[in-house]
Amino acid sequence: MKKQNEKLFTILALVVLGVLVYLAESNLDAYKLRILNLSAIYVTLGVSLNLIYGFTGQFSLGHAGFMAIGAYVTTLLVLPPYYKEMIFILEPLVWPFTVMHSPFIVALLLSGLLSALVAILVGLPVLRLKGDYLGIATLGFAEIVRIIANNIPQVTNGALGIKGIPEFSNLWWTVGVAVFTIYIIKGLINSSYGRALMAIRENEIAAEVVGVNLTYHKVMSFAVSAFFAGVAGGLFACLITTIDPKAFMFVMTFNILIVVVLGGLGSITGTVIAAFLFNYSLEYLRPVEAGFSIGPIVIPAIPGLRMVAFSVLLLLVILYMKKGLLGGAEFSWKGLFQFFRKIFPNKKSSEGSAR
Amino acid sequence: MVLSLFLQNLANGLSLGSLYALIAIGYTMVYGILRLINFAHGEIFMLATYLLYYGFLIFHLPWWASFIVAIALTALIGMLSEKIAYRPLRNSPRISVLISAIGVSFFLQNLCIVLFTGIPKSFHRPTFFKSIFQFGEIRIQSTLFASVIISAIFLTILIYIVYRTKTGLAMRSISVDIETSRLMAVDVDKTISVTFAIGSALAAVGGILWALRFPQIFPLMGMMPGLKAFIAAVVGGIGNIPGAMLGGLFLGMSEILFVAFFPVLSGYRDAFIFVILILILLLKPDGILGKNVQEKV
Amino acid sequence: MELLMDLLNIDNITMKFDGLTAVSNFKLKIAPGELVGLIGPNGAGKTTVFNMITGIYTPTINKIYFQDQDITGIKPDKIAKAGIARTFQNIRLLDNLTVIDNVMIGFHLHLKSNLASAILRLPNYAREEESIYHKSMELLEKVQLEKFKLEKAGSLPYGQQRKLEIVRALATGPKLLLLDEPAAGMNPQETKDLMGFIQKIQDDFNLSILLIEHDMKVVMGICRRILVMDYGVTIAEGNPIEIQNNPEVIKAYLGVDANYA
Repeated sequence: MKKQNEKLFTILALVVLGVLVYLAESNLDAYKLRILNLSAIYVTLGVSLNLIYGFTGQFSLGHAGFMAIGAYVTTLLVLPPYYKEMIFILEPLVWPFTVMHSPFIVALLLSGLLSALVAILVGLPVLRLKGDYLGIATLGFAEIVRIIANNIPQVTNGALGIKGIPEFSNLWWTVGVAVFTIYIIKGLINSSYGRALMAIRENEIAAEVVGVNLTYHKVMSFAVSAFFAGVAGGLFACLITTIDPKAFMFVMTFNILIVVVLGGLGSITGTVIAAFLFNYSLEYLRPVEAGFSIGPIVIPAIPGLRMVAFSVLLLLVILYMKKGLLGGAEFSWKGLFQFFRKIFPNKKSSEGSAR
Repeated sequence: MVLSLFLQNLANGLSLGSLYALIAIGYTMVYGILRLINFAHGEIFMLATYLLYYGFLIFHLPWWASFIVAIALTALIGMLSEKIAYRPLRNSPRISVLISAIGVSFFLQNLCIVLFTGIPKSFHRPTFFKSIFQFGEIRIQSTLFASVIISAIFLTILIYIVYRTKTGLAMRSISVDIETSRLMAVDVDKTISVTFAIGSALAAVGGILWALRFPQIFPLMGMMPGLKAFIAAVVGGIGNIPGAMLGGLFLGMSEILFVAFFPVLSGYRDAFIFVILILILLLKPDGILGKNVQEKV
Repeated sequence: MELLMDLLNIDNITMKFDGLTAVSNFKLKIAPGELVGLIGPNGAGKTTVFNMITGIYTPTINKIYFQDQDITGIKPDKIAKAGIARTFQNIRLLDNLTVIDNVMIGFHLHLKSNLASAILRLPNYAREEESIYHKSMELLEKVQLEKFKLEKAGSLPYGQQRKLEIVRALATGPKLLLLDEPAAGMNPQETKDLMGFIQKIQDDFNLSILLIEHDMKVVMGICRRILVMDYGVTIAEGNPIEIQNNPEVIKAYLGVDANYA
């Protein structure tokens, strides 16, 4: 399939997406929009984790930490100064945060950049570690971020958190950022640099010996991944309108990990599907937790049943579908048409396709 | 700092450290033979406390019987988790097993939230364990003696098992080369099961002593101690049993002394432990007693 | 007479691992265009020498020079940039990537476009990528692997994996190629093809080659100069005839002073 045609289809799809977002924004209620927005944010989170883990092979469990950094930066930038003065009850907010105020997009960009900067500083020493050790070290990093957030009330309002964040994140923002994330990360993966990252995943020593600078590429991938996690954190803050350190415990990273594993490591398409599947299942399982009755049997409200179900789901996927729901496959226009030709064969296709 | 205060802190550090040590041994044993960080180990520790609680509460067993039942059941649960969630992945990339361990950990946490609710439960301690001994200005809980003595006993038994029995030999051989061990007719499955049983039993002991010391239990209680015990195992040299003991004591002491010397920073006590972890991984990744095994090129 | 500059100068290096001496007092100079063989029983230290040249290990004592530059202890990726490429005894391919990707990665180190232009696929990057693709296809055609360009590298049969690894090394544009047992596991016909192939690439790409091999037909057939190692020490150096008749060499391989030679 000609590259021109592929580009055309992609543009077409984006236009359709735009229309859908417009229709959703104008017609759906807040509840439905909330789930859609959350799913889109999880797409950004999942694709960025996929970059460092699925594509570069570095088992990073620190995503919640970068999200937290982004969330707090955006929040402090987006709230007007007089409001910040009001709500910082534990200790007064320290300068210069008192005077900082910026538009949403600037806040998001700065969130991403700061997360990326932290990623570079942390990544330089830590990415020398491998496998489980890297996992624990990055987990430690995320916990350190959370603990710091808890202990600097003059910046974060400590354990109380920050409420009343303006709800800037609508579908245009969340889906827009998700699309942008996919565009950039796909661009990276499909380039020679992407090959270098996958080479590192497959065989580090071989990659080094053909001239791939391990430190540069690992840290670069980590920083790009952290950038988008930070932006997602900012979107997250302006969606759920309150943040506190408890929102960024390991559970958050675990959720993103579920999405990436479910969708398949190294499959961006899978991550997109899994992000929506995850959030919708979470919502649909909510009534289960509230208690229901089957005939004469009454099942009482059991909070936490959803996460039990998800843990079991994760275990099942890991045990039986290691490559994720899609088996590691990736979407392409060519693939889509081949799929349709299989289902609806016609004379032309049975004669074989000319290239 | 006044001497008596320092000694008091030392005693507290020893007490906490021996608890970390007991849990750390389980991590290090499993890592030694499977190269797996058993994320679910902290939850094993937590389960033991609940089993103990219900042993007292529901079945009204005498405390020594509750201990035995809790330890035995916990060992069983440990073996079961290995059979269901880790054994099928033995030939898969290590990351799969790691994620499976995370899955088991979350499953157990949330199962306990569902079964026991997230509200902390107060532990009823048998009178003996509530007593506090006074040495001049230093107050030492009886649980400190219990922790240190019990840890020492179990460590001795463990070292005997690992270095003097056939099962121990099997464990050591698997930790060096699992395939060759299989070829030498070592029953790998059974040995790994036994390892999990012993590790879980020790974690259970740790859990019981912990609950006697800090008598409030809740489903997420295993996360932090579990993580810290793992860090202790790394500090001591992962895969090395005396190292885990050493690491546990070192970490317990460090944590208590950190809070003692910097009370203003006490909110950062957990972060301090993570910083120790990152430093050790960067400066001496084999830990204090560990050996460096390099990949052959 | 031309004064041949030494391309590679290994200056009396020793490698110790915690008390075990793997290689001791190893000396070797290779001139441009030379094909040198390195042989010896298993465990003699040959791969260790390769690892020292390519920066995976740093010699405990003394230095290695490449084109008069001190490359001792420099990281492997910089060694590749300097112009030394290698293959591995146990074949280290990127199994889950396609055959063509395995070759294209070899061109990454010479990439001129920066990260941003690569991500955004700006015209200057697109041109480079196109050029890398064509050069990679050329290399694949040299070893008749172009039909398999989209297959996963790990699915190729053993012999073809070896060829792929060599071609990947060539992609980095080396002046010195280190081949670690390229003929291992090959049948006589494949071995003959390999010998021809090695000589051809030496001519086509103007290479010096250092070859570790156990197959004596290959070594004696294409190497003008041979070094023999045993227990980390060089026990002989010379042309094929000298080596074949050297009593020390015979002893090392057969373990007795054989009168069978």
